[in-house]
Amino acid sequence: MQGRLDAVKRRRLALVPSRTRLLLTLLAAVGLAAVAFAASSAASAARTAAPPSVTAACGSKPVTLQGYFETGFPDIIDLTKEFTRQYPKVKWHIRQDQFAVITQNAPLTLSGPNPPDLMRLPQVSGLIHDHLLKNLDRYYKRYRWDRFPASQLASLRAAPSGRPRGTGSLWAMGVNYSLTGVFYNKTLAAKIGMTTAPTTLAQLDALLAKAKTAGITPIVQFNGGATGGLLFPLQQLMSVYGPPGPINNWIFNKPAANINTPSNLAAVKHLQQWIKAGYFNTDANATDYPTMMSKFQHGDGLLIFDGDWESGNFDKTMPKQIGFFLMPPLKAGGTHAAMSAPLSYGVAAKAKHADCAAFFLNWVATNPKARKINVAVGGSNPGGPPSLPIPTVKPGSVTAQTLVAGKVVAAQNGAMDFIANATGAIYAQSWTPAVQKLFAGQIAPEDVLKTVQSDYEKQVASGG
Amino acid sequence: MTETTTSSPRKYRAVSRASASRALRVGARDVRLSGWLFVLPALAAYGLFVLWPLIQTFKYSLYSWDGVAPAQWVGFDNYKTVFTDHELVGTLKHAFQLIIFFSGIPVVLGLVVASVMRRVASPRISSTARAVLFLPQVVPLVAAGIAWSWVLSTSGVVNQALSAVGLGGVTRAWLGDFGTALPAVGVIGAWVLLGLCTVLLLAGMSKIDPSLYEAAQIDGAGVVREFFSITLPGLRQEIGVCVTVTVIAALSAFDIVYISTRGGPGNATMVPGLKIYQLAFFNREVGVASALAVVLMVLVLVCILPIQWLTRKESEA
Repeated sequence: MQGRLDAVKRRRLALVPSRTRLLLTLLAAVGLAAVAFAASSAASAARTAAPPSVTAACGSKPVTLQGYFETGFPDIIDLTKEFTRQYPKVKWHIRQDQFAVITQNAPLTLSGPNPPDLMRLPQVSGLIHDHLLKNLDRYYKRYRWDRFPASQLASLRAAPSGRPRGTGSLWAMGVNYSLTGVFYNKTLAAKIGMTTAPTTLAQLDALLAKAKTAGITPIVQFNGGATGGLLFPLQQLMSVYGPPGPINNWIFNKPAANINTPSNLAAVKHLQQWIKAGYFNTDANATDYPTMMSKFQHGDGLLIFDGDWESGNFDKTMPKQIGFFLMPPLKAGGTHAAMSAPLSYGVAAKAKHADCAAFFLNWVATNPKARKINVAVGGSNPGGPPSLPIPTVKPGSVTAQTLVAGKVVAAQNGAMDFIANATGAIYAQSWTPAVQKLFAGQIAPEDVLKTVQSDYEKQVASGG
Repeated sequence: MTETTTSSPRKYRAVSRASASRALRVGARDVRLSGWLFVLPALAAYGLFVLWPLIQTFKYSLYSWDGVAPAQWVGFDNYKTVFTDHELVGTLKHAFQLIIFFSGIPVVLGLVVASVMRRVASPRISSTARAVLFLPQVVPLVAAGIAWSWVLSTSGVVNQALSAVGLGGVTRAWLGDFGTALPAVGVIGAWVLLGLCTVLLLAGMSKIDPSLYEAAQIDGAGVVREFFSITLPGLRQEIGVCVTVTVIAALSAFDIVYISTRGGPGNATMVPGLKIYQLAFFNREVGVASALAVVLMVLVLVCILPIQWLTRKESEA
C-alpha cells in the first residue's frame, strides 16, 4: 500500500517542469524553515511560560526518589504520599533521623555513593563549600521561583564558597516557612486578667510580674542539656531593641557583622532581668523540649516562646485553650519581627533524580493540595508565590493566628533567620553554654555577646 | 659392606638423631604455624578494627580536615590546641573528677558490700543480693541514663524524698545545676559500676583460704584487722581489675553523659568522649577531634599501665 502511494507521488512530480520544480523546492525549503522557526519560538515561549511536566522532570518510567528527612515532621511524609497519589510513577524511599543525627551525617551521606535526591538540610555553608549540594539556579529559572518573595529564599542563598549567605546562588528550598512567637495558656491568662495580647514590651513585663505574684510560672522554657532554648526569647528581645537587618547580616556571615551591639546587649540584660525576677521555670537548665511541651500542655506555665510548627498540635490536643501573639515592640504601634526560617530541603550534588526532586519542591509550593497539607499538618505558611491563596483554616484556631502573624511579619519586613544558624557549631559550642550560664548567673550579659562573637569569628575563619 | 654394617648403628643413631631433631624442628614449626593460623582471624579483626583505625586517627590528628574537603597538614598544631584550649583542658579535668565516682566509690563500696555479704549473708540472700547489685550491668546505659534523669529531675524521687524529710530547701534540678551536674552524673556511673565491682570482689574472696580467717580469729583479730590483713591483700588482683575497668569507664565516659546532660549545663559535664563526637560530627574539626582522641588514649594508658604493672608484680612475687 505504502509503495503504491510513493509511486503515485513520483509520477505527479515527473509531470512538473524542472525549473518550476526547482522554484517549488526553494519555496518549500523557505516555508519549512519559517515553520520550523515559528515552532521553535513557540516552544521556547512555552518553556519560559509553563514549567516542565512530571514526565519531563521525572521521566516516563517508574522512579523511586531517595528522601532523607527529619523525624517528628509528619507534613513532609504526607506531602510525599500525596505526590505519589497524583503521580503514581514516582515512589519514595524515605529514611528519617533526628535533626542532630542528620547534622552529623550530612557530609558523609551527601558525599557517599548513594546520596539522597531530597534531604532535610542542616546549616548549609559547609556543604556548599564542599560541593555537596546541587545549585538550584537552573530550577529557579525553570519554575519561575522569582515569583516567590525574595525574602523567602534569602537565607537559602550563598556564595559558591558557602559564605556569606543571603545573596548568591540558590542552594535549597523551604518546604514551608516557620514563624516564632509567644504561645499562651488562655485559662491561666484569664486568671491574671489578660484579655488581649500585650502590645508593648512593658505590657508583657507587667503580665509576667502579675503571673509570678499569682503563683503561676510566667514562662516555661527548655534550656537543658545541649539545647539553648533561652535563645528564643533572647532573639525576640534583640528584635525589640534593634532592627532585624543587622541580626540577619550576622547570621549570613556578612563581612564585619557583629552580634555584640548596644541593642543586643540591652536584649541580653532584659533577659537577665526576667531570669533574676524568677519568671522562668526554675529547672530550665534541666528541661528539654519535650518536657517543656509536656509542662505547658499540663498548664504548668503561662507562656512559652516557640514556633508555629506546634500550632497544628495545639489545635488538635488543646483546642481553643491556646493563644498566640508576636513579640510586642518596645513602643505601641512599633513594627514586629520574628524568627522565620524555611524548613530547608536540598538536592544532593550527585543525586540521580535531581530534576524530579526539584519538580517536587515546586509542586509543594504551588499545588493547592500540597499547600493545604502544609498548613493543616505542619501549621506553617506554605510559602510560594504571594498570588496563591493561603489555604483556609478553622477561624480562631492557633494555626489561623500564626498565619495572620506571618502576614504581619512579612508586611513589616521583620523576618529573621535563627541566630543558632550562623555557623555549624555556634549553637552547640557557643550559644547554648552561654545562655545556660546566663540562667545560672555565671556570666555577665556583656560576656555572653563577647564570647559568642569571638567564637563566631574563629568559626567563620575556619569555615566551620 | 662390613664398614657399612659396623658403622650402621652409629650412623643410624646419627641419622635418627638428625631426623628426630629435624622432625622436632618441623613439628615445632608446624605447631607455630598452626598457632598463627588459629590466631590469624582474631589478629586480622584486631588489626582491621583496632590497629588500623588507631593509625588512621593518629594520621588525621596531624591534619586540618572537615571530613570531606582535602585535608591540610598542620603537624602537631591540633595537639597544641588540645592542651591550650581551656574548654578542651576542662573536659580532661572533668574526666579525672569522674574517676572518683566511677572508680573510687564502686571499689570502696564494693569492698564493704562484698565483705558484709561474705560474712553475714546466708547463701540465698547472698546470691539474691549479688543478682540485684549486678542488675545495672544488664540494663542498657541509655535506659539507665533516662531513668536517672527522671530520678534526679525537680519532681523526681530524690527531691520528693528530700522534701518528705524536711529538706525541701536543698531540692534542685540536680542535672541542670552547675554545681551538682557532674557529681550527679558520677552517681549514675557509680550505680552502674558498683554491681560489677561487688561481684568481682566476691569471686575473689571465695578464693581466699578460710583457714587464714580461722587463724586470725584464733590470734584475736577483729573484723577490721581481718579485712586489712587478709581480705585486702588477698583481693589485690581483683581490685586491680576493678580499678582498671572503672578508670577506663570514667575517662572514656560517653553514653551516660550524652543521655543525661549532653555535656551541659554550660560545659559543666563535658567529657572528652562527648567532645570528640561534637568536634568531629558537628564542628567538622576531624583533626582536633582525632588529636583529643589520641591524647585520651595516652591518658588511659598512663593511668592503667601502672595499675596493671603493680598487680602483675604482686602476683609474680
